[in-house]
Amino acid sequence: MDNDVKEYKQHLLRAIQLFSGSVSIMEVCGTHTMAIAKSGIRGLLPPNIKLLSGPGCPVCVTSQGDIDAVIVMVQHKDIILITFGDMMRVPGTHSSLQEERSRGADIRIAYSPLDALRVARDNPDKEVVFLGIGFETTTPTIAITIEQARREGLNNFSVFSLHKVVPPALELIFSDSEIKVDGLLCPGHVSAVIGVKTFGSLARKYHKPCVVTGFETLDILEGIYMLLQQLKKEEARVENQYSRVVKPEGNPIACQSMERVFQPVPARWRGLGMIPASGLQLREEFSDMDARKRFDIPEIEEIPIKGCACGEVLAGKITPLECVLFGQACTPLNPVGPCMVSHEGSCAAYYRYIPTKGRS
Amino acid sequence: MTQERILLAHGSGGLMSQRLIDEVFKQAWRNEIMEAMLDGAILQVPAGRLAMSTDSFVITPLFFPGGDIGKLSICGTVNDLLACGATPLYLSTAFIIEEGLPLADLRVIAASMAQTAREVGVKLVTGDTKVVEKGSADGVFINTTGIGIIPADIDYRPQRIQPQDQVIVTGCVGDHGLAILARREGLAFSTPVVSDCAALIQLREIISQYGNAIRCMRDPTRGGLATVLNEIAVQAGVGIHVKEADIPVAPAVQGACDLLGMEPLYMANEGKMVIFVAAALAQSLLNDLRRLPQTQAASIIGQISAETPGMVLIETELGAQRILGILEGEHVPRIC
Amino acid sequence: MCLGVPARVVEKTTNYSARVDVNGNHTEINIQLTPDVEPGQFVLVHAGFAMEIIDESIALETMHYLEEMLQYGQ
Repeated sequence: MDNDVKEYKQHLLRAIQLFSGSVSIMEVCGTHTMAIAKSGIRGLLPPNIKLLSGPGCPVCVTSQGDIDAVIVMVQHKDIILITFGDMMRVPGTHSSLQEERSRGADIRIAYSPLDALRVARDNPDKEVVFLGIGFETTTPTIAITIEQARREGLNNFSVFSLHKVVPPALELIFSDSEIKVDGLLCPGHVSAVIGVKTFGSLARKYHKPCVVTGFETLDILEGIYMLLQQLKKEEARVENQYSRVVKPEGNPIACQSMERVFQPVPARWRGLGMIPASGLQLREEFSDMDARKRFDIPEIEEIPIKGCACGEVLAGKITPLECVLFGQACTPLNPVGPCMVSHEGSCAAYYRYIPTKGRS
Repeated sequence: MTQERILLAHGSGGLMSQRLIDEVFKQAWRNEIMEAMLDGAILQVPAGRLAMSTDSFVITPLFFPGGDIGKLSICGTVNDLLACGATPLYLSTAFIIEEGLPLADLRVIAASMAQTAREVGVKLVTGDTKVVEKGSADGVFINTTGIGIIPADIDYRPQRIQPQDQVIVTGCVGDHGLAILARREGLAFSTPVVSDCAALIQLREIISQYGNAIRCMRDPTRGGLATVLNEIAVQAGVGIHVKEADIPVAPAVQGACDLLGMEPLYMANEGKMVIFVAAALAQSLLNDLRRLPQTQAASIIGQISAETPGMVLIETELGAQRILGILEGEHVPRIC
Repeated sequence: MCLGVPARVVEKTTNYSARVDVNGNHTEINIQLTPDVEPGQFVLVHAGFAMEIIDESIALETMHYLEEMLQYGQ
């Protein structure tokens, strides 16, 4: 059986390599970017099939101003900040959470947002803030956590929401004439929550094939193969490669929990700018748990980083190799932009997993 | 009855210090060199080159499945000496103890050090204890320094590594790092994985039969296998090409790492060795290693290449090659 | 953007939580997003939550295009 699967993957790879047209496929999700890099698929594709990384790494698309705002909060307020490990090293304009922790800020890494509630219960005389980041996959877990805090009457818990939703960003990319994307590998775990319909409408509206895809090497090869088949037949619909997890309607309970707690607001994406209705803010009835309001944290102006092309990379306009800083001034050890610091950032994935080219 | 605890007075140098040393450490470590109670140990050393290695042990929790900080502090330094090609002989140790540590814990740690040292055949010959205020340390920190003798014909410097040499790892990677992580506060999961904490003294017997066919050894502790391979690639000025499928990882370690968004190749090991060996004798060495319980999961994971000097490349299941980088920053659980 | 790992539900510990197994590792997760899950089923775990019940009639390594691939080979 193992050997059959191995052989099947090689078959898929060969079928993909035989495709004759010239196409650009965008993998929207950062976890796909990582899985593609880790399996080495990118290096095995012929030059006529280009894989572009999309805006699907929540750490990478967080604007510099938002990171600076979080840093201002930990510098000036006596709080315990709980964050996913992903955010620790992301550089703001002058500092990072890792640096702030070394200066004495109480910043703790959690695996689940519910861990933050435990910290809040154990420290009733301290303010505990959870740094909410992530797309539709992660947001329902934060929503449930917020509702739980309300039920328990925890009045020292709040959330700094940097949450975003994926479809508006994809809409922006599809309607930008500078960005050439022929089809989308759609994010499997976001789809597990929101379902496949949204991608269906995108496919029809912009006439681009979409395939909701899982994260194993086999999934990704099938996803690419399915996209190429649609392109060959000049079709543009949504297909679900990841049906063992993704139901067509998604997870309505997760969607409802998100809607009960959050409302859409305009949000700034690094590289893509302001996108209407793409951010999520706590609804009025939960606004006492909105850390931005609770601690009166001001909006901070975005200061662009000189030479950093994360924006173009996130929009799929260039690959990391085309950035002048890549591998020279910007490396995983000394990251300039977020695409290099985030584990699933496209620059980090390229740097880690692409042999020799572009490295000093 | 209240539990006896370490007080600041235990570090005063006075009567309480003496009593602590007599009752806890001397009791456990009994040997003629230490019992002389001089300001330093006076050692009779055989002729040859001396290897010396030092390491400080800082670990939460102090007691973990598969070992404790005491055992770890002996194994760590012994393995470093073994990696230099030395026969470990003597160890010194220094304790920084946090006020309030239960005396019973300290006894267990001292006994565990004594037992491990006995098993390995090394002597703890001199030591020091300091006590710091509550909050200034985390239970207890232990430093050990060891010396050993290197036989005349042995030279395990990385510069001896040559193209076509084979790379062997002596067992599954990531066990220690994961076992410790699972016990950390805040990560509520239980794992069947226990630390691989062990002194690889039996390895010496096998290794010594291969003389200079063994080019180099390194124990992949902090930073894991990936980090050690990168260090060696740079120091030896060679490329190291490994195959993902050939690196042994216990399914439970892989599963827990997937759950936490971490990677076994960057997790610490405390009872493993990476051995660089001449190609002609690699298979024979592997067979010998697999006969020992400690190293029965040993595997040839790759080879040395003259191309891509300083880099570690890993071949994926699809047959593609990618870079296996060095660990950047802290290895923390993540959700992305 | 979102790591997710399949885990087998060992038991429901409360109405909101379950103990799951991943290759012998056990952890407690929140199941409020998949309230109908039963012991023995697999769920996709993300950030300590079950996000979805995995349909086991579709195995992890289902080869959806095997037939087509074999035709390619000829």
